[in-house]
Amino acid sequence: MPDTIAPPSAPSSFHLSEPLHWPAEGATRVPYRVYHDPEILRLEHERIFRGPVWNYLCMSIEIPEKGDFKTTFVGEIPVIVTHNRDGQIYAMVNRCAHKGALVCLTERGNKQRLSCVYHSWNYDLTGQLRGVAFQDGLRGKGGMPDDFDLKKHRLEPLRVAVYNGIVFGTFSDEAPDLETYLGPMVCETIKRNFSRPHKIIGYHSQIIYNNWKLYAENVRDSYHATLLHTFYTTFKINRLDMDGGMILADPIPWHSLSYAKRATIQEDEGYKEVRSAQFDENALQGPELLESFHEFDDNITHMIQSNFPNLTFQFTLNSLAVRHFVPKGPGKTELHWYYIGYEDDTPEQEEMRINQGNLTGAAGYVSLEDGCINEFVQRGSHFSEDANEFLEMGGKTAETSEGSRATETSIRGFWTGYRQIMGFND
Amino acid sequence: MELTADLRGRVDDLFCDYAYCIDDDNPEIWPDFFTDDGLYEVTTKEADQRKLPMAIMRCKGMGQIRDRITALRKANIFEDHHYTHIISRPRLTANGDGSVHARTSIVVYRTMHDGKQERFVVATYDDEIVEQGGVLKFKKRRVVLDSRRVDVLLVYPI
Repeated sequence: MPDTIAPPSAPSSFHLSEPLHWPAEGATRVPYRVYHDPEILRLEHERIFRGPVWNYLCMSIEIPEKGDFKTTFVGEIPVIVTHNRDGQIYAMVNRCAHKGALVCLTERGNKQRLSCVYHSWNYDLTGQLRGVAFQDGLRGKGGMPDDFDLKKHRLEPLRVAVYNGIVFGTFSDEAPDLETYLGPMVCETIKRNFSRPHKIIGYHSQIIYNNWKLYAENVRDSYHATLLHTFYTTFKINRLDMDGGMILADPIPWHSLSYAKRATIQEDEGYKEVRSAQFDENALQGPELLESFHEFDDNITHMIQSNFPNLTFQFTLNSLAVRHFVPKGPGKTELHWYYIGYEDDTPEQEEMRINQGNLTGAAGYVSLEDGCINEFVQRGSHFSEDANEFLEMGGKTAETSEGSRATETSIRGFWTGYRQIMGFND
Repeated sequence: MELTADLRGRVDDLFCDYAYCIDDDNPEIWPDFFTDDGLYEVTTKEADQRKLPMAIMRCKGMGQIRDRITALRKANIFEDHHYTHIISRPRLTANGDGSVHARTSIVVYRTMHDGKQERFVVATYDDEIVEQGGVLKFKKRRVVLDSRRVDVLLVYPI
């Protein structure tokens, strides 16, 4: 992978009516305009979601049988993912090649063919057009012209690659192969968490009223996690005084891993000053909520692994979740929570994962605050488009920080990659 | 329990008292509506249909039920808001073991501190009700949300 991502070589079909000039301080500043301007969201679709990145589509366990399909979104573009008769997974835009109607109207199902309800255009599960109603007209009249060729029409395809059951797609021929795009840190994390046979044990979504990038920042923000979220700190699930660190992808630091090892806590006096640690430690009357079992030899008990553009894997104690945050306009995001267990879990282990699920999600003891905290930024920064975020905790660079998570390095990493791919270099 | 008119009246009172304790910002008495081994869950119709065992919120036993209230009072951060529960007439079924099953449709409106007001939840209560020491209690109260989308966050019980 090249050290930098060049803005698209082809002339851009769309330009901001007012160019965005990034502050000279670089990734330590973020102009609030990027959270509010609909033109920027449109440009993000061209440069990011349709650009040289691998977008999360689904997990292969969601479409286990031939004929299974699932619908999802790449950015705001509706996409169908299918398990074809040849055993391969395909992805295509959920937009009929005729009049642009949605072809799949449900989130999941099993079909031999995809058929548009509007005019019965029929596609196979690779997205190739196979038939058109009344192609030859009726009683010798009407019908498609003689040069109409089924082979020339199909649902717009994405390139698909699967890594340990995680299905990714890209619109771009310029995206490197998936493993190169993810890099060794992300690949190792996915392998650690998903190489064993796994299953979905819970699912819901959360509508949050903030730009998708505020959530991308939020999951990379290890500085906030132990300050805002009382539950983490008090019950010593995740604190900055545990062994841990932030590992950033290389060469583009836009993916990151934050991890902690619960057994290594050395209590820091600093937490006594912090609001979030003031909850009475003995207050938990149902402590079985936090019962956990040793699962990995690396002793990591908390990890948040975030991938550009909009995917995060979370493993807290024994609670594994996939968080996919999908833009719904500049000021709104749907955050999907998929909770994962393993096929060989004992009933007791599954019970612990289910109990620990109370920590995260829309009602999570830890994460419910994130449902509103990003909205506070969205609301606070309205019509302050010339003002900037200030991100200098832990320095001004975007690099791996072994040993300390009192840093915004991973957020700077996100913006470093974002600026490159968006062409916001000055 | 037999489904007498008297019992129906007592179930109605139980449902009103339960809703008003939340709507009137008095969740400290919310645990009293449950048996010690009671289960409270908020899940979705979709999760039910797909037989996914995990709920959005789940309290198993009195300890976890009380912890939800302690956490919302002392730990969790959210904008001030309150609910108004609108509850339909419950459909009661007598179980063989003396408990009563109730199914009830509900709508919950949410009013924010700044006056913003909207429909927050459309759901079904799926309850098992028992009598303990002359008092009706929930052995199980499952809130099955019609939608899998939660707007912003869920902190007060429904």
